[in-house]
Amino acid sequence: MTREVWITGIGMTSSLGEGLDAHWQAMAEAENPRPVIDTTSFAPYPVHPMVPLDFSLQIPKGGDRRQMENWQRVGTYTAGLALDDAGIAGNLELLSNTNMVVAAAGGERDLAVDQTILEGVAAAESPEEFINERLSNDLRPTLFLAQLPNLVAGNIAIVHKVTGSSRTFMGEELASVSAVEIAARRIRADQGDIFLAGGAIIAERKDVLLVMSGAGWAWTEEPVSVWARPARGGGIILGSVGAFLVLEAREHAEARGARPYARLGTVLSGRSRREPGQAAATAARQFAEIRKEAGDRPLAMLTSASGLSPLTIEEQDFLSGLIDRGELDTVRATPNMLGTSVEATFPSMVGLAALALSRKGFYRPADETGFETAVKTTPTAIAVNSWGNWRGEGMGLVEAID
Amino acid sequence: MALRDKRNRPVVAVTGMGVVSSLGTGLEENWEALVAGRSGIKEITRFPTTHLRTTFAGTVDLPNVDLRDLKLTIGELAIDEAVRMSGIGSPGDFPGPLFTAIPPVELGWPARRRLYEAVAPEADEDAYDRMCRAAGLANDREEFEHSMYGYVSEKLADRFGTRGAPISLTTACASGATAVQLGVEAIRRGETEAALCVGTDCSVTAEEIVRFSLLSALSSFKGPPEEAAKPFSKNRDGFVIAEGSAALVLEDYDVARARGARILAVIRGAADKNDDFHRTRSKPDGSAVIGALRATFDDAAMHPDEINYINAHGTGTPENDKMEHFSLDKVFGERLRGVPISSNKSMVGHTLTSSGALEAVFSIQTMHAGVIPPTINYKVPDPDITLDVVPNTAREQEVSVVLSNSFGFGGQNACLIIAAEPA
Repeated sequence: MTREVWITGIGMTSSLGEGLDAHWQAMAEAENPRPVIDTTSFAPYPVHPMVPLDFSLQIPKGGDRRQMENWQRVGTYTAGLALDDAGIAGNLELLSNTNMVVAAAGGERDLAVDQTILEGVAAAESPEEFINERLSNDLRPTLFLAQLPNLVAGNIAIVHKVTGSSRTFMGEELASVSAVEIAARRIRADQGDIFLAGGAIIAERKDVLLVMSGAGWAWTEEPVSVWARPARGGGIILGSVGAFLVLEAREHAEARGARPYARLGTVLSGRSRREPGQAAATAARQFAEIRKEAGDRPLAMLTSASGLSPLTIEEQDFLSGLIDRGELDTVRATPNMLGTSVEATFPSMVGLAALALSRKGFYRPADETGFETAVKTTPTAIAVNSWGNWRGEGMGLVEAID
Repeated sequence: MALRDKRNRPVVAVTGMGVVSSLGTGLEENWEALVAGRSGIKEITRFPTTHLRTTFAGTVDLPNVDLRDLKLTIGELAIDEAVRMSGIGSPGDFPGPLFTAIPPVELGWPARRRLYEAVAPEADEDAYDRMCRAAGLANDREEFEHSMYGYVSEKLADRFGTRGAPISLTTACASGATAVQLGVEAIRRGETEAALCVGTDCSVTAEEIVRFSLLSALSSFKGPPEEAAKPFSKNRDGFVIAEGSAALVLEDYDVARARGARILAVIRGAADKNDDFHRTRSKPDGSAVIGALRATFDDAAMHPDEINYINAHGTGTPENDKMEHFSLDKVFGERLRGVPISSNKSMVGHTLTSSGALEAVFSIQTMHAGVIPPTINYKVPDPDITLDVVPNTAREQEVSVVLSNSFGFGGQNACLIIAAEPA
């Protein structure tokens, strides 16, 4: 049994705004798309900051809002936008059969508690005992719940009553690919009719920036296009993004009269050990399948190229080959506008691809290097591509429904 | 002709299993301790426990292992045992995907302290600014690869040569069951003939103990540590945190038979259902747990009457055991009194994200041995929990179909029905 997968709801929040119109305006309609980047608050690390959101609109109870940290609020809020958009918010019967696959990290720290400990520990007679004492006295009970990755799904269940099956995947960009892939595979195989798949990240967190810095990934100069960064040492600019999709079996969507944005074609995840050329080899195999599925339609691509060196050089060479051979029209690196969004990466790109197809347009280049060019024809099929910053390669196809 | 289950899907067999816990390394050591009613819980020696409300745990203490790598190491041990037992593939070449249940990843206090102290302070800089600066200068890729959430499953995939992208997952304390469930679903979809499902968790740190203590989830028993885990007892006062890993090799039944593999068991049903009531508590009417149980029976196309042993989630928290009893009662009715139910956690402790995988392994071994491991430390019965908990001593009894429950924070409820035979 294989069923078509339709995208019937999209929730998006980012530095560009809230909802689809804000993203379309900023990325497709604006004459010269410009990202929103805060270069001062977390200097030397620039970040794409989340727009201010009135969380009470999607998370009405103050008690619920207080039980979450910011990335969970963003996830829960954005999931609500997707459910609204799909027309299923508040439909308790349907929501009780709606399944979740969420990509998430966690580990949010109480920075003030950590600071107190780090300031005092060196002078303590027993450093470990000192840490025990401070943690016992200073940690908030609710913080732990904000550190658990599956509590995004947990909060979505509590706030929006999504109570089918619920799984949370971890593992950076690849988790975001797998979340969409597994939801789609289950729909195709009749292991569920309707899914909420997505992820959320808050870039404005020093504990997250610490990992970026330690991995040697942080871009600390004036923001430039991801395609310009590898020549200058390479680096990532993180962005705050929430992205959730309602994915649905075609029959299920039609039966309830839902309007689809697009059809989700094949989604492929893969891996390599990341020796030179291996990521490109994995992606080449994936692209061959995607290209075949797209038939003779021109294909544009959204990619999560992040600006790392040598990874983005390898990706650009791979993509240039596809463009030169006429297999691909052009690409857009979504991190130029949204920032690198880790667990929100793949759902956000699938959502943006579906949005473009439903509006019969495409996004303008936001790249001063000229690698990204205007589309020759408006695409009716868009590939989405994500190479994890550390590991994992994923690609998918989003197609217009005529 | 291909064997199909009652819902016309490929039958999913278990052909290999491996386990590491505070009771020992390998199925044999673990099983010997379980049927002897021996506890793996002991005083913590890994770090000072001053100021902590709980000072015992079921730690896995392996010599010469960097603590950062402990969950990877014991995951490898469990997988190695499972893959050898199944005889599948060849070393370093497992013919299917990997589903890994792991806990969230953190940098840890030793690393934080090292970074903080590595550089002199600068003006207008907080502790995190300072650590970020130090981390950038240190450029210690290895340390920060460890803080990738995908690290453990990538390393496992490297070593065992599983196919495609590995999936790292969490459904809190239901994760081990979810890993099995994802493998079952993949085989039923016909995407793969085999899957490697593993859970591995080594979370015994001072900070983790503080966190669970703040949620009043941990036992703070004042007597001997081995008597602290008291599932279903009236004086139960929380779970005992523990470490462990377990792996299961799942295969398409026909493919396994064709290659002459020994079929250890069949996963007949798997389902999960999310609760919408509270972050750490079940809905008082039990509807989500009941929903998960019913969905599992529905998935298996089976009736509760067919179950002859329940491997309980049985954490020993006042809330869990009450709700597990209540929900089982609603689904099984009066017949529940005649079904033995025991908690491996009374001996192993609660291995958190890996517990569902450990308990799946122990459930299968229960069928093979014809012996049900006891619920130990059952001295003060709870009059509100009228279950046959197989108190204190193992029981010889033929078991052919097991229900294994796993519940977690965030409203996660997952159940497996495991049987000796395909139908």
